[in-house]
Amino acid sequence: MRNPQLDEKGGLQHLLSIEGLPREMLTHILDTAASFVGVTAREVKKVPLLRGKSVFNLFFEPSTRTRTTFEIAAKRLSADVINLNIAVSSHTKGETLLDTVDNLSAMHADMFVVRHAESGAPHLIASHVASHLHVVNAGDGRHAHPTQGLLDLYTIRHYKKDFNRLSVAIVGDVLHSRVARSLIHALTIMGTPDLRVIGPMTLIPAGAEKLGVKVYYDLEQGLRDVDVVVMLRLQSERMRGALLPSAQEFFKYYGLTPEKLALAKPDAIVMHPGPMNRGVEIDSAVADGSHAVILSQVTFGIAVRMAVMSILAGN
Amino acid sequence: MTPILPDPESLCAELVRQLQPQVTADTALVGIHTGGAWLAERLHSALGIALPLGLLDISFYRDDFDKTGLHPQIKPTQIPFEVNGRHIVLVDDVLYTGRTVRGAMNELFDYGRPASISLAVLIDRGGRQLPVAAQFVGARLEVPPARMLVLERDENGKLRLKLDA
Repeated sequence: MRNPQLDEKGGLQHLLSIEGLPREMLTHILDTAASFVGVTAREVKKVPLLRGKSVFNLFFEPSTRTRTTFEIAAKRLSADVINLNIAVSSHTKGETLLDTVDNLSAMHADMFVVRHAESGAPHLIASHVASHLHVVNAGDGRHAHPTQGLLDLYTIRHYKKDFNRLSVAIVGDVLHSRVARSLIHALTIMGTPDLRVIGPMTLIPAGAEKLGVKVYYDLEQGLRDVDVVVMLRLQSERMRGALLPSAQEFFKYYGLTPEKLALAKPDAIVMHPGPMNRGVEIDSAVADGSHAVILSQVTFGIAVRMAVMSILAGN
Repeated sequence: MTPILPDPESLCAELVRQLQPQVTADTALVGIHTGGAWLAERLHSALGIALPLGLLDISFYRDDFDKTGLHPQIKPTQIPFEVNGRHIVLVDDVLYTGRTVRGAMNELFDYGRPASISLAVLIDRGGRQLPVAAQFVGARLEVPPARMLVLERDENGKLRLKLDA
């Protein structure tokens, strides 16, 4: 069966998940993003690629950073951007997801950027819309957040050049994290030899080893000699039941402090998808320290989203 | 009929001869990727231009994006000088429809307002679809519309013209 994201020529029609994409495609996206980094640094930050196209941001779940960076990316490609905060509009009046999409398609949408609390919602939309439309998954449930995975990949490549000798540790609430899933797929495709997840047993998904990662329940053991530390946000809004005693206790065992970071390689970088909980998963001294590249991730995220949207729109 | 292709090395020398009297302190060269960039590197050093060399990849400014999509290999555009008030010489290998030059001018104007833009090309093969003309031309050549004329560079940096079917 064909990957539902690809068209009949193997081009990227939708971006729903990094899983199953060929390495050359990821490299092409990163290389294209590198050219857009130059565009966003100049006086006029726009290029005319998506002039006349309409991009609809469909956010069924609240988000500030991701929605804003998608909006900026589309505007810098000269597209018209329409933001729909559906959590507080027609959805609450009882309209179904696909009815909403049909109505927006009738308004001549060219691209949907979809954030939804249910895993698989962007797939559903992609399989429903006409073939000239493109869907970008901006985060669905616990499943995937492919543009975040790509911007993490871009950031790692920017600082570490290549992937084939790297040790990367992903720390914290892996269970609820679509960011972690997307990044694990991305790094695996790029041939990263040493991928680790670190967290309490209650926040590591069962069978995580099947994804090709090493599981550590002890932060100090897991951080030893890594090149990259990716901290995850403790997603209290996704917690069901008593997975954790308290945020304070989590910080004591899994919070990244300068002392714990010292176990990693001296030139290790620290990443975080944001928003950060200072004093819960990350100490302020680390978040604001010289190893942190968290704000670079945000800047690169715009260029990566420009690359994804322009590649999709061209296919 | 296949036209006889001139030697790019001697065309390059011809362009240097034409450009030399025009060069001032405010002259900047901008090569269009990929062939134009190679040529611009040559001209830049031969003419002893003070301002650093600029390079353009016009992939984000192409007018056929809707038909052909994004180019699979995009090189970063680098304009390492202030564009405002400068006399810019755009450099490309082959001038054909004029669409590349239009894209290049649109991109340049997103960096500032140059005092002037002129165009230097190794080969003018005719077939214009836009009102574009080159001020500095290495040679004019009749090439059948179905053929692709491209500039190549070997590992020693030597330039060569090639006609593809």
